[in-house]
Parts: sequence; C-alpha cells; structure tokens
Amino acid sequence: MTPTPLRPPQTADYLDLLESHAIFILREVAAECERPVLLFSGGKDSAVLLNLAMKAFTPQQLPFPVLHIDTGQNFPEVLEYRDALTTKLGVKLLVAKVQDTIDQGKVVDPGPMGSRNRLQTVTLLNAINENGFDAAFGGARRDEDKARAKERILSFRDGFGQWDPRQQRPELWQLYQGKVNPGEHLRAFPLSDWTELDIWQYIERERMELPSIYFAHERDVVLRDSMWLAVGPFVQPREGETVERRVVRFRTVGDANCTGAVDSPASTLAQIVAEVATANVSERGATRADDRFSETAMEDRKREGYF
Amino acid sequence: MPTTTKDLLRLATIGSVDDGKSTLIGRLLVDTRQLFDDQLDAVVAASEKRGVGDLDLSFVTDGLRAEREQGITIDVAYRYASTPKRKFIIADCPGHVQYTRNMATGASTADLALVVLDVKHGLKEQTRRHLCIAALLGVHSVIVCVNKMDGVNWSQSAFQSVVDEIETLSRELNFEEVKIIPVSALYGDNVVDASTNSPWYVGPTVLAALETSNAGTWTKTRHGARLPIQWVLRQEGGGRTYAGMVNGDSFFVGDTVTLLPANVETTIKAISFGGVGRIEANVGLSIDLDLADETDAGRGDLLAATPLPAVTKDIIATICWFGEKPLEIGQRLRLKHTTKVTPVRVTDVTGVVDIETLRIDESSSLATNEIGLANLQTADWLVVDDYRVNRVTGSFVLIDEVTNATVAAGMVGRASFF
Ligand SMILES: Nc1nc2c(ncn2[C@@H]2O[C@H](COP(=O)(O)OP(=O)(O)OP(=O)(O)O)[C@@H](O)[C@H]2O)c(=O)[nH]1
Ligand SMILES: [Mg+2]
Repeated sequence: MTPTPLRPPQTADYLDLLESHAIFILREVAAECERPVLLFSGGKDSAVLLNLAMKAFTPQQLPFPVLHIDTGQNFPEVLEYRDALTTKLGVKLLVAKVQDTIDQGKVVDPGPMGSRNRLQTVTLLNAINENGFDAAFGGARRDEDKARAKERILSFRDGFGQWDPRQQRPELWQLYQGKVNPGEHLRAFPLSDWTELDIWQYIERERMELPSIYFAHERDVVLRDSMWLAVGPFVQPREGETVERRVVRFRTVGDANCTGAVDSPASTLAQIVAEVATANVSERGATRADDRFSETAMEDRKREGYF
Repeated sequence: MPTTTKDLLRLATIGSVDDGKSTLIGRLLVDTRQLFDDQLDAVVAASEKRGVGDLDLSFVTDGLRAEREQGITIDVAYRYASTPKRKFIIADCPGHVQYTRNMATGASTADLALVVLDVKHGLKEQTRRHLCIAALLGVHSVIVCVNKMDGVNWSQSAFQSVVDEIETLSRELNFEEVKIIPVSALYGDNVVDASTNSPWYVGPTVLAALETSNAGTWTKTRHGARLPIQWVLRQEGGGRTYAGMVNGDSFFVGDTVTLLPANVETTIKAISFGGVGRIEANVGLSIDLDLADETDAGRGDLLAATPLPAVTKDIIATICWFGEKPLEIGQRLRLKHTTKVTPVRVTDVTGVVDIETLRIDESSSLATNEIGLANLQTADWLVVDDYRVNRVTGSFVLIDEVTNATVAAGMVGRASFF
C-alpha cells in the first residue's frame, strides 16, 4: 500500500469544521430518528442551530418542525424575532406554553414575578410526549456549564425524560447512533464543541440577524444578585432597589426575570466578538440567576429533563 | 482580532485512576488563564465546601456531584482552550476500569494522548490498557506526564526507572511521537512553567509539548477520498445531490468516483457547501456532490476515489467490548458503520489481548472491557478500509438489539502490535 503523495497542507477554517460537524449531526439524527424536533428559544445559539439546519437540508424544506417552549416571561423583542425568522424561513413553528401546563394543574403557578424556569421542563416533556418526538435538537454547548461539559452529543433520555450522567452510552468516533425504544427520546446537541466566541464569530461571518437585545441599548435596570435585571412586567424594583438607565446588552436570552444584562457599548457584531474574546466572566456567570442556586443547579435540572 | 484558522489539536487524558489526570488539566487551564473568574471562584467555593483544601484542581473538570463526592472522574469532560499558538479540544477521561467505555469515547476522537501516571506506581495494568486502547484507536502521539514528582523529592532515578518502562511499551505499541515529562500537577511544575525542582530535565513543559506536537496535522496515510452518503438532496428542477462528510482525502470537481457497493463509475460534476459551489471538498467538510450520471445512490452507500475500499460481508475486526455480558460466538447484534446500520452475527472470536504482554491468548468470548479479535458476518454489504489507513471507513460500533446500548468499538483489521 503506497500512500498517495501529500498535497500541500491546508488550514481548514475552524468555523468550517465546526459547521460541518454540526451539519453532519443534524443529518444523522434526521435520517435515523422518526420524529425529530428542533428546540428554538430565539437566543443566539438556537439561531445558529436553525441556520445550520437550513444549510444541512437546502434546497429541501426542513424535515422537522421547530418548537418554542414559551414561559410567558419572554422579552418581546425575542418573540418578534422568533415569528419574523420562522416566517421568513418558512419553517413550521410549534409553541408549547408553560401557562397551559399551569392551567392544567400540572405545576404550581409561581406568581407573576416568580421564576418559571424550572417549570419549563414539564412543558417540554409534555410536548415531546404528546407529539411523539423521538429526538430534540438543542443549542446547548459544552463550554457553558460543567454538567453540560459531560454530556454526549446524542444524549439518551429514559421514559421519564431523565438524563443519567452515570449511564451515558459510549459515543465513539462520529458514529452517532440514535436508536431509542418507544417512550424514550434523544437530545442532540450539534453545537457541543462550539464556544461562545465561536458562536459570535460564526454569526458575524454569516451576517445573521439576532434579536435587538443582544446589541447595546439604553434600558431601565435594577441591580439584583449583582446582575442588572431589566425593569418590565416581570421585574419591578423591590424595596431598596433603585432604577437606573444604563447602556447594556444581553449575553444570553432567557426569561426576563432571571436573565441579567451586562454593561456594554458593543453595538455591532465585530464589537461583540472583540468583547467576548476578552471577557473575564463566563456567559452564564454574568447573566443567569437560575444557575446560582447551588453548585449543581444545571446538573439537577438536566437530570429532570431540562434542555 | 481573534482568528479562526489556528491549528487545532484534540487530546484526551488517559491513565489509571487517581494518578492526577483531572488535576493536570485543571492546572493547565488555570495556569494558561483559560478559566473565567466566576468559574475559578466556583471551583474554590466547591473545594472549601467539600473540605478538600483551597483549590481542588480536579473540580475544574470533575463537574458532576457524584464525581466531587467520590473524588473520581466518571465520564469524559470536554474543555476548550486556546493559546496564541494553538487551539485545543481537551477530553478529560476517567481512569477507573469500570469506565473504560468512557475513556474510549474520549480517545476515539483524539489526535494525542496525554498520559498521566504516578511516579511511585509506574505503569499499572490500567495505564497499559489505556495505552493499548489509544494505540488501537490510532493515536500516534503521546505525551507522558510522570506525575506526583513532589512525592519522591524530585528524584531523577525514580523518574528514570519509569521512563525505561514507558519507552519499552511505546516501542511495542509503535507510537510515532513520545515525550516523557516529570511533573507535579498539584504544584504546577513543568506543566505551563518550567520547574526549578528538576534541573536535570531539559525537555519541554507539557504546554510546550502540546503546542509543538505533530499530532493533528495532516497524516501521511491519506488513502483515497470517501463520501459516505448521509442524505439525498432533491434539487429544484428534479436533480439529486449526495450529501455527507468527506474523509480520507479531498475530492475535486472532475474526479472519477465509484459508487459502492453498486460498483458504478461516474464523475463529480459539481461540489457545493451549504448551497455555495466550490472546486475542492476537503476532509471534514459536509458537502454535497452532483454526479455526471444518474445513479440510484442512497443513504448507506459510499462514493470513493481510488484506491477503492473493500466491499464485504465478512470482516475481521479488533473489538473493544463494553457489554455487561460477554461477547460470544453466534451472538446477534446491530452494527453501525459510516451511515449504514445492519444486523451482524459473530462468527468467531479468535483471541483476547493480554494487557501485560500484548500477546493474543486463545479465547472464544470477550468479557467487559476486554480487547480481542473477532470475525463478523453482516446482513448487508459494507464498504470498508482497514482502520489503520482510514479511521472513518475502518471503524464501527456494535449495538445491543434490545436495549440499543452501544456495546463495542470495532476496528476493521488487526493491529500491527499483536
Ligand atoms: N502529591 C501530589 N498529588 C497529586 C498530584 N496530582 C494529583 N494529585 C492528587 O491525586 C488525587 C487524584 O487526582 P485526580 O486528578 O482526581 O486523578 P485522576 O487521574 O483524574 O483520577 P480519575 O479521573 O478518577 O481516574 C487527588 O487527591 C490529587 O490532589 C501531584 O502532582 N502531587
Ligand atoms: Mg479525573
């Protein structure tokens, strides 16, 4: 066996390789699973995921619908973005509402100011069950959190939607195998190997549109748990808190009452890339109250079936 | 401005339980300032809470509750790092024999193995097993960290006795690039900063060795371009293109390719990447090919340039068995190879590797975590290369038909060191 002569080494662009890997995963799962669905929050990661899914199947239509778990505590800019983008792309959008889960008496209403973050899991699992989805694509990245760092690209969920980090299937090479029995399902994470910086560089390269709240703007905020929370229908100043008007942007998009804004003048994608490249605080550390409850908050939520 | 063309190295830590793999990765990440302030604060807080000192570096990657309670890694953690010289994807693998399947998961995509062993214990059986698996998986470069040198007063003779053992094994396993470094992961000697405790050591630090390793650059064994077809894209106006990820070598527009197993020759009319045309399809890109002739190609078929792969239903394979019950002759399983899934029967088990001697002992079954040789017969045609020339078309997994669990890593052919 004589090896073929080497062509000059080529520096494949790292983003091309990440993109290709994600597209590969999207196609494998779409081919092997009966009823996949793509979870779409309107945040930057799910926007990248949807962009990749469109590329994976172009010029065909997306072979699966898009599902938004609506907590009812969204930033209005994000809902507008969701509707405009899915209409423009011609993809089928399903919306599962936490409010419906509350009205059905399956979970207790935490009140208008209370966090619905954890309740989403019930709504999500119901939607997966009712629609018979056997795979759900998510935009989670391993660099976000220490529990996510442990998760497989194709992550098995049992009949109760639970993740068991001690019993993950081996995942060898790029042989993603997505077979599940009825009632069980998979979570598939095509962006597993992407970092926050990769995401922004990709968005910049692809000139993607994003909800306006990712870019610097003036907003009324209050300081709570050392985070700037946007004053609005889901956050009102408590005693001792003062409302300030500041130039901020959001690094992540979650519920309005547990997602903090950061002080930032970055109003273009290039400025955001530069800012992210030199950040001292992690994305979730800077912005997410839901991870601050305990050392293993994300692991605990994931075990229950969270995103 | 950050660049996106920096050279990437994928590495996995391997070695026996408690020898310091996670501590080493924690040290490497902390000393190269890859951790965000809040992540470091969280590791400090968790260390205090669990009463394991000011900063337990293993907590940087051991992120699960059970791992922190037990002080052991259970499953692979992936971390991403970037220095001015290189980009790294790090898989911190568990050492415990019970989690060998997870180590194989981490090592299967690695270009380099970062081996960690305790200078006092030398090459334990589990370290040998991991090195053997890494060699089988096609990892050609190893950096061996002889760790816990602080525990032997930085004795050069203690280091040297381990070095001799490692060099012997490395020769047997045919590694191409071997670096052996005395370190203390706990105190950071020779990890990122050169240590004053080892004036007798003149080689690179772990970081320098990682940054300069040949691993991850283009291999010498390119052996024909391949495209396992994942998906057939219907084009507007009625045509079809064939989508998948390129491996083996590049395809170019105009190349002659053979559709297998059908054995039909045709030419590449056009290549596109995300809807945009190009003349070359590089390894690792998810592209789609437009062919000059009509074919009935579909998912599970493969397009190949010369030298062509083999088309077969009988494969001789090296198996790492992870099933709870032993692998036995006559057993039926499912096999996934590239984009094809087929029923498979074990027609023979011809031997098991003795980890101590690397010899093949006679055996007609494989127990959990054993490595051996088997003959398999598939229901459908497979299009394969020997694993040593192509890690994609030479690899497969075996799947339990009832539970759908992945129970084995398989490599087409027989490793040279048996
Ligand atoms: N004295 C000394 N102790 C060390 C050193 N490196 C690690 N240790 C200790 O060895 C123990 C095990 O370290 P880990 O990093 O968890 O070992 P590991 O190899 O990741 O173990 P598994 O992942 O469970 O296989 C811990 O108590 C560490 O503090 C070192 O350089 N010197
Ligand atoms: Mg460890």
